Amino acid sequence: MSSTAITPPQPPAASPERRSAADASASWRLVDRLGLAAAWLLGLLFCAITAAIVIFLAVQGLRYLSPSLIWTNPRVGYTQGATGGFLDPLIGTVLVAAIAIAIAGPVGVGVAVWLSEYGRPVALARVVESTVEMLAGAPSVVLALFGILLFQAPALGFLSEVNAGVVFGKSFFAAGAMLSLVALPLVTASVREGLQAIPNHVREASYAVGKTRIATIRRVLLPAARPSVITGNMLGIGHVIGDTAIIVLLLGDTQVLQGVGHIPFLSTLRGTGSTLTSYIFDNAPTGDLNQPNKAYAAAFVLLLIILALNVVVDVFGRRSGELRWS
Amino acid sequence: MYDATSDTDEDFLDGEGGLSQDRRAELGLGALVCGVVVVLLAMLAFILKEAWPSFAHNGLRWFGPGGNVDDQIQAIFTSGDFDRAPQYLIRAWPLIWSTLLTTAGAVVISFVCSLFVSVFMVEFAPTWLKRVLEPVVRLLASVPSVIYGLIGVLVLVPFIGNHLITQHEKASVTPVIQLSGYSLLAGVVILTVMISPVMIAIFAEGLRSVPRGWLEGSLALGVNSWRTFWKIAVRTARPALIAGTVLATARALGEAVMLSMVSGSVGFAPNPADGLIFFFEPSRGLAATILHNTDELNSPPMKHTLFAIAAVLLFSAALLSLAGWAAKQPMKRYFNVGGAAG
Repeated sequence: MSSTAITPPQPPAASPERRSAADASASWRLVDRLGLAAAWLLGLLFCAITAAIVIFLAVQGLRYLSPSLIWTNPRVGYTQGATGGFLDPLIGTVLVAAIAIAIAGPVGVGVAVWLSEYGRPVALARVVESTVEMLAGAPSVVLALFGILLFQAPALGFLSEVNAGVVFGKSFFAAGAMLSLVALPLVTASVREGLQAIPNHVREASYAVGKTRIATIRRVLLPAARPSVITGNMLGIGHVIGDTAIIVLLLGDTQVLQGVGHIPFLSTLRGTGSTLTSYIFDNAPTGDLNQPNKAYAAAFVLLLIILALNVVVDVFGRRSGELRWS
Repeated sequence: MYDATSDTDEDFLDGEGGLSQDRRAELGLGALVCGVVVVLLAMLAFILKEAWPSFAHNGLRWFGPGGNVDDQIQAIFTSGDFDRAPQYLIRAWPLIWSTLLTTAGAVVISFVCSLFVSVFMVEFAPTWLKRVLEPVVRLLASVPSVIYGLIGVLVLVPFIGNHLITQHEKASVTPVIQLSGYSLLAGVVILTVMISPVMIAIFAEGLRSVPRGWLEGSLALGVNSWRTFWKIAVRTARPALIAGTVLATARALGEAVMLSMVSGSVGFAPNPADGLIFFFEPSRGLAATILHNTDELNSPPMKHTLFAIAAVLLFSAALLSLAGWAAKQPMKRYFNVGGAAG
């Protein structure tokens, strides 16, 4: 950094607080010592609360979870033994996540590419930025209400059940489409960050060999930003899976998958169902079904899914850190 | 990464054809982007249009106190029947007050705690703990709110109901409300636990990006490590503090599911004049009210009322991100220095 000729041998980046904390802070002012104590106290409290939540859920989940719960459909019943498992909510979670990310993935990448690589006219770019930010800040109940309005429009009746001219407006399509708005800002932010981390000389090198802009994006930039694309999509899926309000309002709140129409797969997507989150919501003491043991088991499964997604994000996050350009 | 064999002729500028393909791609992406903007504008327009009758009938008193809000909502719902005049009278103050209390309470507590925890996590924790904490914070930030709600309703609410509220206190308010543990306190505590990881993650990112040299300069002058970090790193990371607070507040404001589970679902405005009981009083926020009454959307006046609540929420969220943006403006020059050096 500096241009001095004599540099002392660098110690291996040892920070001054390596000594024991009590010894190091003995001569400090009281305010500073209180501050440090508060940081330790709150830091350890945070660890304790976290550990309590995770251990509590794991214990309760393992106590009530049995493999049969995952393989059986929910049934109507009055006791915890008679109400079956949560196969349908599990399938519902996968379906909803797939629909949402099938929309939000490509659109999010497109928006990020446009913002990062084109971004003209500048006024439009500002508007788009605010739009994405506003979507990120919009409460999901509000999105759900808009979804009800949108999908009850007669023109969109083919996406849900139509009964005597009245469009029901609640289906996997409706819930998935609205949830894609939840995932969109996350995908966009992550991909945009990944694209902006690529230095300009990479683009210039590609132009220099005669590649067009779109070819550069498709063959050079997006492959290089692939870890961010995957991270963004996984973050999006995590939020989609965890959302409850949109599911409760737009998926019709039937425990089992109820298809509409006769085409095998499409009928399910047009029909209603439930996901793990709405299953937990209904089975909590405040919900309609009130089966806490089932709720604990489902919550544990949901937590495991979220954990798996986090591990994927971590792995790809590390990989994007490895990529060095200069 | 780059596969030379996959080159095709279209990838290169070959006169007019290549140029037009590039142009087409830009226009296509532009159209996509405009589509997203249109979806948001349509959402704003439709929600405001649906919300208008409720605001028009109540005026500014929509936001004020007066009467029992649950009775008013019931009257609005039943007036949606065939030959009855639609009724719109609502004084939504108890709902707004509940949202304000839970949001402000949780954000204030969470801000203080998160600041200390993130400082601890970035600077003062032992290395092994740092390595553990980082992914744990990210995991906690992505735990669905319904799981927090479940824990609240099965653990915290019974605890408050059975151990913190005395029989005497319960008896003293029986004619008005029921104190059963579903309370403001439960809502604030769980909301704090829920939004803290969001704040901590963003705060820590900001603190980590403070240039190491600035801290070392201060240490070299003999300033102790706590004061150095508190005065230099925390101050430099102020834009991150604002960003994290705005994001966490937005999440708290829009939280419907968890709050509808633990805060009691009663349209009652907790009264600070009640003393200690204040914390044990049930309430119901704006977002939770929408969730609570979704089955009644087929009644037109009810629909307009719920959309009015949604419009208020959306407006607050927009205002919040605007406030965050405005608060960050004067700090831009500091942040640029930090960004360039880091």
